[in-house]
Amino acid sequence: MVPVDYYIALSAILFTIGALGVLSRRNPLIIFMSIELMLNAANLAFVAFARVYQTFSGQIFVFFVIAVAAAEVAVGLALIVEIFKTRKNINIDEMNSLKG
Amino acid sequence: MHLSETVNTGFYFLAPWLVLAPVAGLLINAVFGRQLSEKMIGAVASLASGAAFVVSVLLAYSVWISHGHPVSVPFAEWIHIGDLKLDWTFRVDSLSTTMMLVVSGVGTLIHIYAIGYMHEDVRFKRQEGRFARFFVYLNLFIAAMMILVSGDSYLMLFVGWEGVGLCSFLLIGFWFEMDTLARPSWANSDAAKKAFITNRVGDFGFLIAGFLMFWYLGNSFQFDKVFEAAPAVAEATPWVVVAITLFMLLGVAGKSAQIPLYIWLPDAMAGPTPVSALIHAATMVTAGVYLVARSAPIYTLVPQAQYIVAMVGAGTALFAATIAVGQYDIKKVLAYSTISQLGFMVAAVGMGAFVAGMFHLVTHAFFKALLFLSAGSVILGLERGHHAHGHHGHGDGHSLRGKRKEGRTHGGHEDHGEVFDPGDMRNMGGLRKTMPVTFWLYMIGTLALAGIFPFAGFWSKDEILVDASLHYPSVYWQLTVAAFFTAFYMGRQVWMVFFGEARSDAAKSAQESPKVMTLPLVVLAVLSVVGGALNIPSIKEIGLKGPHQLTHWLSYTLGEVESLPLNLGVAGISTALALLAIFISWLIYGRNPLKTGQVDPLKRPLGFIFTGMENKWFVDEGYGVLIITPFRRISQFLADVIDWRFWHDFVHDTVIAGTYNWLSRIVLDRYADQKGIDTFFNSWGSFTQWLSGNVRQIQNGFVRSYALSVLLGVVLILGYLILK
Repeated sequence: MVPVDYYIALSAILFTIGALGVLSRRNPLIIFMSIELMLNAANLAFVAFARVYQTFSGQIFVFFVIAVAAAEVAVGLALIVEIFKTRKNINIDEMNSLKG
Repeated sequence: MHLSETVNTGFYFLAPWLVLAPVAGLLINAVFGRQLSEKMIGAVASLASGAAFVVSVLLAYSVWISHGHPVSVPFAEWIHIGDLKLDWTFRVDSLSTTMMLVVSGVGTLIHIYAIGYMHEDVRFKRQEGRFARFFVYLNLFIAAMMILVSGDSYLMLFVGWEGVGLCSFLLIGFWFEMDTLARPSWANSDAAKKAFITNRVGDFGFLIAGFLMFWYLGNSFQFDKVFEAAPAVAEATPWVVVAITLFMLLGVAGKSAQIPLYIWLPDAMAGPTPVSALIHAATMVTAGVYLVARSAPIYTLVPQAQYIVAMVGAGTALFAATIAVGQYDIKKVLAYSTISQLGFMVAAVGMGAFVAGMFHLVTHAFFKALLFLSAGSVILGLERGHHAHGHHGHGDGHSLRGKRKEGRTHGGHEDHGEVFDPGDMRNMGGLRKTMPVTFWLYMIGTLALAGIFPFAGFWSKDEILVDASLHYPSVYWQLTVAAFFTAFYMGRQVWMVFFGEARSDAAKSAQESPKVMTLPLVVLAVLSVVGGALNIPSIKEIGLKGPHQLTHWLSYTLGEVESLPLNLGVAGISTALALLAIFISWLIYGRNPLKTGQVDPLKRPLGFIFTGMENKWFVDEGYGVLIITPFRRISQFLADVIDWRFWHDFVHDTVIAGTYNWLSRIVLDRYADQKGIDTFFNSWGSFTQWLSGNVRQIQNGFVRSYALSVLLGVVLILGYLILK
């Protein structure tokens, strides 16, 4: 049986890759994918610990995360489409209207 | 207690009604006066006064059946401080009941007379609304006078003393916005103020006397306690008693119009005539005489003070009598006559002849009230004649409002060339025919005042003269000369007013007064005739043993008093002088009656002396120069220099306001506020601005940089948690 440490390590690696992707990429689609990567890293950690502790709550949590992530993607993609419609551009570096 | 059993055998419990009855009357008239008819108002006021008279009679009866035993009737608690108890207690004894009878008796008659008098007076002056007010004041006066005479302490006496002073002020200034001829002016209210202020000088004396008395004589105001303590103090420190009596004399001089404070009484004639009769002849002005008589136990301790009182009285009697000779106003003559007669009374009580003084007080109340009221009848008669005759000529010359309007359009009443004065004797003459009732009443009053046998004045004046001839020759001579002048000026007045030819159209068509006015006069006339019977003296020469009723009656209160027999010499001299004076006055004024516009026939032979008499010996002017002008100057100085320039301009404006301004402008504003507080808060403001300017750089709007911050934050927190 694969020890839990490996799952955790894989989860951490995936999360780090996702985080770096969010921070470094300019394409919002890629950023979305990176976010999905981070969520799934977390999901991996959840199920790994659920298995270690022999409980279902971690696995149930994962279902919630997947559902929320799906909803999030739906909203996010809609936003991106709208932004593109108005600005003809989805370069993340040009979106600073939140500037104080 | 002894008190309660005496109360049971008399009517003493009624004593408070002396005051309550007139107060009830005045309340009714004050509250419902506007709704009631004039007759009702007069009836209420007269009944209230009459009720006080009935109570007085019952009290006198109670004193009589208890053989003069003085009774104190406690009525109300007033001031209780520790052991000091100052209560309102009525004192019923022969002296106070005598005063009560005079005040309420004469007062009631004058109330009745006033119903008729004021009915016309308010119409001549076009102020019908004031009818009720007059009777409110009149009842208030009766109440105050009753407090004065019935108090059992100097304090209650003083309460009444001030109360009657107030009523005097209110009634002198009853027509406050016009002068005696109903022209718009402040003359009447000035007269009222003069009376009040002059009395204030006297009251100052009374107050000092009261304070001294309280301090040195038994720590009490009660008559009995003061009199009890007085002899020992007079023995040890006589100056105290002398001071008390002399300060009290100042109060007497104020209220009873003696030298040097008599000057207010002639001006007080500005009041309606019933007021002159009631307050300024019969009752209030005799309060001073009553005060001295009441304080007899103190005065008899210090003969020096008695002598001064007697001299003041005698001097006033003579001095005022001379002024009366030169007056033209019918009421002014009577006013100076009143001063003179009050001088007789004060002289009498000063000499220790308290009974004689009180006797003269009573008879004088009768005949002087009679004279004043008859004079009022004469004045109204002339006023009626004036209106009947000259209705077209003068228009509504007596309407104040009409005149004011007129004054604005064409210069006022004075433009008509003459103002008719119904009180001026030079406008009268021949009234014997047009006003016969008044004439006979006036004659009785005149003979009583002149001291002709057997009228009341003869007996009372003679008693004073007898006493003076025995003890104080100088007083006797002054009073005798004054009596001569009295007969002379009364003779002059009668010849001028009632005899000869009418000197004005008004006098020609003068009309007699109604019965409501003449009937009270008839009662007073009867009293003026028979009043002497109150105290019939012994006449040794014809072997008559007089009963001396009043002497006996008052001795209950005043202690044993010497009852002097009639001295035929004294009586003969005074009667002869009076007849001589009347004869001389007939020679001058009666034989050749005054013509219209003629100068007084005495003026030429007497020259400057008559000018002095005419002008009241310039006493008012003298007071003006000696007291009023310096007083005004001092007030001017105090007001202008001390108060305005020094106190206001310098101290307040320059010193206080200036310092304050300097302090606030320079120190507080420029340094503390601008430099200190403003700098502190402005620095905070600019610091915040600088800080926020820097901090806002972080918020660049790029989501990724926010995400990086979140990541770094998480890393930091996690790092801290792990490495902790």
